[in-house]
Amino acid sequence: MTSAALASPLPVGPITQVRGRALVLRGDDIDTDRIIPARFLKCVTFEGLGQQVFADDRIELQGAHPFDQPDHQGARLLLVNRNFGCGSSREHAPQALMRWGIRAVVGESFAEIFYGNCLALGIPCLTASHELLLAIQTAAAADPAAEYELEVATARLRSSQPGASWELELPAGPRQMLSTGQWDGTGQLVGNGAALAATAARLPYLTNFAG
Amino acid sequence: MSAGTLYDKVWDLHRVAELPGGSTQLFIGLHLIHEVTSPQAFAGLRDLGLTVRHPERTVATVDHIVPTTSQARPFADPLAEAMLETLERNCADHGITLHGLGSGRQGIVHVIAPELGLTQPGMTVACGDSHTSTHGAFGAIAFGIGTSQVRDVLASQSLAMTKLKVRRIWVDGQLQRGVYAKDLVLHVIRSLGVKAGVGYAYEFAGPAIDALSMEERMTLCNMAIEGGARCGYVNPDATTFAYLEARPYAPAGPAWERAVTWWQSLASDTNAVFDDQVDFDASTIAPTITWGITPGQGIGVDEAVPSLEQTEPDERPIAEEAYRYMDLAPGTPIAGLAVDVCFIGSCTNGRLSDLQAAAAVAKGRQVAAGITAFVVPGSEQVAAAAEAEGLDVIFREAGFQWREPGCSMCLAMNPDRLEGRQISASSSNRNFKGRQGSATGRTLLMSPAMVAAAAVTGHVADVRLLLAP
Repeated sequence: MTSAALASPLPVGPITQVRGRALVLRGDDIDTDRIIPARFLKCVTFEGLGQQVFADDRIELQGAHPFDQPDHQGARLLLVNRNFGCGSSREHAPQALMRWGIRAVVGESFAEIFYGNCLALGIPCLTASHELLLAIQTAAAADPAAEYELEVATARLRSSQPGASWELELPAGPRQMLSTGQWDGTGQLVGNGAALAATAARLPYLTNFAG
Repeated sequence: MSAGTLYDKVWDLHRVAELPGGSTQLFIGLHLIHEVTSPQAFAGLRDLGLTVRHPERTVATVDHIVPTTSQARPFADPLAEAMLETLERNCADHGITLHGLGSGRQGIVHVIAPELGLTQPGMTVACGDSHTSTHGAFGAIAFGIGTSQVRDVLASQSLAMTKLKVRRIWVDGQLQRGVYAKDLVLHVIRSLGVKAGVGYAYEFAGPAIDALSMEERMTLCNMAIEGGARCGYVNPDATTFAYLEARPYAPAGPAWERAVTWWQSLASDTNAVFDDQVDFDASTIAPTITWGITPGQGIGVDEAVPSLEQTEPDERPIAEEAYRYMDLAPGTPIAGLAVDVCFIGSCTNGRLSDLQAAAAVAKGRQVAAGITAFVVPGSEQVAAAAEAEGLDVIFREAGFQWREPGCSMCLAMNPDRLEGRQISASSSNRNFKGRQGSATGRTLLMSPAMVAAAAVTGHVADVRLLLAP
């Protein structure tokens, strides 16, 4: 699993497409404690978290967990269900997924903080209707060797299986941030110094309510 | 689209710029940090060659990893010690105030910021912790963020955000004796589900909310995130102002009156428009407990674990997973279920009134044989106030351990944790699989008074039957 992560550099710059095999992880309300249990948060860097992803679920399933199956090593696309990433705000969760090798997530819905954390790492999270998602999961589970290509600009997912192409949803904002590289937007926020100062100046609590 | 709500007003006031792609750059009035989600943010800041724009608007404490038995340094756990040292160094390097161990002001970040008067109405509050929603109790827009966003706030005192919709949770009536804000919020989440709040801020309003103390409002807003809502809030009122007055960081002197006037102007207008509204009646709510593995899997203390037939079709797979994990069969009455560990504390229920409610049950009784029960005050100030009125003595005499402040067994990043298949009665906020430190441990969420009732009876019990008439 470490080799999978090493084989693909971490996201940088414009994210226009994600290519690779897909991994199906079924279940609603998969929380970030499950993605990365709290004991692995005792760290001052994110390095090494890739090996701990879903640590307790994987121990419980003794090798049968999707992240342990040989077919899935090196997969880049994660296919989940509803409210994925709920609970704790820990960025360690998307960091662990990313460092394992995941570069995009497709689900029916995502918890907001998790979604924002993924975007801040250059990991697109796309949504699809319940029926469409089940169809994609079914197709992916039937052929783990299939290669996928996710195009960010059009939110279209294609697979090497004949005729397999699905239109997913990605709001205009994240779509633009990813495809232009602005997902890494610290510089932009810092660059608006004058507007930041103007906002601060009109907030009464920053001036001891002197106004 | 919402209009005239507190959320709309605070959002507009803090809007810095519209960003390409449709998100908004939002000024953050108060930034809270702790040892777990900040080290990589400071490292990221250094990598980018940036400094902290407003060090006076960031406040730090240490809570997640601190032991609750002895807080002597260095900690026995070298990883925990390294995390605290990193926080201390980062705060010193960047001129950020750290309310550290022994300062008299240390504690769980969502307990200390309100009690110091740092959290005020009309602010935007961000912290690398999902329970930042707690601060919405003051009429602030408060939400959890990830570590990359912590870096962004350090660098720019702002975040790229997308505006939420606003759902009003209207609660009529009054909570009955022995029923607390924790029961109310567990009831709301049970009713709406853990996903209903995604994309929404929750405004809690109505006669039952007006009657809540600030500490109860904090419990309520704390768990908005468990219902999927990244932030929850209560409009500021006389209760809010009375709580804040004379706190160390609250405005004082002539500024106080001006502050109150401004705060009052921020409350949702009487003709405010909400994207959605859901109504509840507080008077019908029973002490509520979770039986499963999400905070939405709750039932009244007089109910039984629901069957699949009683469960919405969409929720059946996770109900089946919960039956297996909890080893609970559908139809099992929750009252009478034996517990092993009883934990009173956390950012949800680690404040003075929580400890008072639990002590009222513990007083004159004894923790049942075989039960480990412990109380972790939410902060050094809470501990001191509780000790001043003798709550520590009541708890100790009843057989509870009285610990030092921290997050403790809510998430078990310190030595406090479940072992094996133990079942805990817990006043915390999450009953996820493995949450309390054992991959197979089981958690029943409930109010602090209900935890005390479980401790003295050895099983889930209706606290209303134990309270003096």
